[in-house]
Amino acid sequence: MALQDICNFQDIFVDSSTTECPSALLGKKTGCNYVSALPFQNSTSLFNFRIPLAEYLDESPTQFGQISTSQDHSTALLQESTISCFPLPLSPPPAASSQAVPLPFPMSHGTTTLAFAFQGGVLAAADTRSSCSGLVACPASQKILPIHSHLVSTTSGTSADCALWKRILSRELRLYQLRHRRQLSTGGAAKLLSHMLHPFKGTKLCVAATLCGWDGGEVDGGHGTGGAQADLGGCMKTCGPRLFYVCSDGTRLQGTLFSVGSGSPYAYSILDQGVKWGLTVDEATSIAREAVYRATHRDAYSGNNVDIYHITSTGWTRRNREDLKEEYYREKERKERKMRLDMA
Amino acid sequence: MEYLIGIQGPDFVLVAADNVAASSIIQMKHDYDKMFKLSEKILLLCVGEAGDTVQFAEYIQKNVQLYKMRNGYELSPSAAANFTRKNLADYLRSRTPYHVNLLLAGYDDTDGPGLFYMDYLSSLAKAPFAAHGYGAFLTLSILDRYYRPDLTRDEAVDLLKKCAEELNKRFILNLPSFTVRLIDKEGIRDLEKITLGTK
Repeated sequence: MALQDICNFQDIFVDSSTTECPSALLGKKTGCNYVSALPFQNSTSLFNFRIPLAEYLDESPTQFGQISTSQDHSTALLQESTISCFPLPLSPPPAASSQAVPLPFPMSHGTTTLAFAFQGGVLAAADTRSSCSGLVACPASQKILPIHSHLVSTTSGTSADCALWKRILSRELRLYQLRHRRQLSTGGAAKLLSHMLHPFKGTKLCVAATLCGWDGGEVDGGHGTGGAQADLGGCMKTCGPRLFYVCSDGTRLQGTLFSVGSGSPYAYSILDQGVKWGLTVDEATSIAREAVYRATHRDAYSGNNVDIYHITSTGWTRRNREDLKEEYYREKERKERKMRLDMA
Repeated sequence: MEYLIGIQGPDFVLVAADNVAASSIIQMKHDYDKMFKLSEKILLLCVGEAGDTVQFAEYIQKNVQLYKMRNGYELSPSAAANFTRKNLADYLRSRTPYHVNLLLAGYDDTDGPGLFYMDYLSSLAKAPFAAHGYGAFLTLSILDRYYRPDLTRDEAVDLLKKCAEELNKRFILNLPSFTVRLIDKEGIRDLEKITLGTK
């Protein structure tokens, strides 16, 4: 019932401020959403989802949903909308050359994220600083975004692009699960993301994500005792921790250790010294923390706190966010104490 | 940055590729395989721009498989090479050209072994030996000097090792290991990886 209330916007709109408001909205073409569509229809359907018409499939992805300044579209639109409930997507201007959409301000891709697989699962760690051409836009952003219970994605690049594509990926994985009645593997999710990002290659879209997940393997029906052994053998190959790096330039790599972002070289040097398959969970957490700490120390675009996520066969768990400046003071104190002991 | 090499013998083709997947100055992967199996006796080695390589190679791979499913027999290496070149050429003057350099190596039951060199401008040449990448500048003259059309398999592997050692000595970038594969009438076989320590 709650959904019905939300979807029946016409009641809301009859009471709302002005009647010019909807047409003005359409004239401005602020994009398609539920609210602008409804005043033009009298349907009693409960669910008004936006179903994009097929024309957008012919458009270049960079033209999709772009705001146009031409006014002749709006008249055609008003006529059309008496028939259909949904504002039409604009037909694209003749695309002689693909023009990149200009960014509102220059963005830098500063971050330190890392992920590695070990015997206890996958560990993902990231800093929390969002920078924007030399200033810290947000000191407490979240760069590790959970996608579903057994898959987590670290993000690097443009924050908005990463947030959007993470949501699109979650949606597509959920649809896959509903349609095919099984969970898509981490490799499959990585391939899906890579293929979705491919049309945007050459544009200013920048997403560099590592997908960290646990593959459950095949769920077979009961076998005999001999079969059970074979099952275990098969499960060893198909299930377990998985780590994939996906980048908007088209790279898709499977591996056991990745670090992405402007602070990644600093993190790599710490991780390469200590990451082994046989680490315990505590050892792995401490080396991940140390790597992010060192990277945030040296890299101007990384800093503030560190987030750590641990993915196992039972799902992901999140460690409490830790402020790294405390760690800096603790280390300084430790060094001073050591120096005093050496001198004494 | 990346390196591909192929050597054709009287009844085999030997191919090798480096194993580094790099992103600006960082080696993201040390064991990356740049060879794509198109069919039982055809390998496509692909280097170039990051996403284009995998996308293009998989596209060719799936189309070759589709041909086999539709017609019941496989494309010959020469046909596969020409198909690949045609696709490169079609995309060359579009908005999204594929920037990839390729070596296609295969064994045809009627024509014997074949090595085809293709580059991002969609040129195609059947060659007895070929190499791609900056490493090619250093190793092509070694191949010119020591290549003979009647090389045995072992001699070809030795020639490959000579090239790898030269790269290790003079090439500014570190390419520590190479995947090596051999194609003959039996099919595609994995040979031992060539790994070099720092000299």
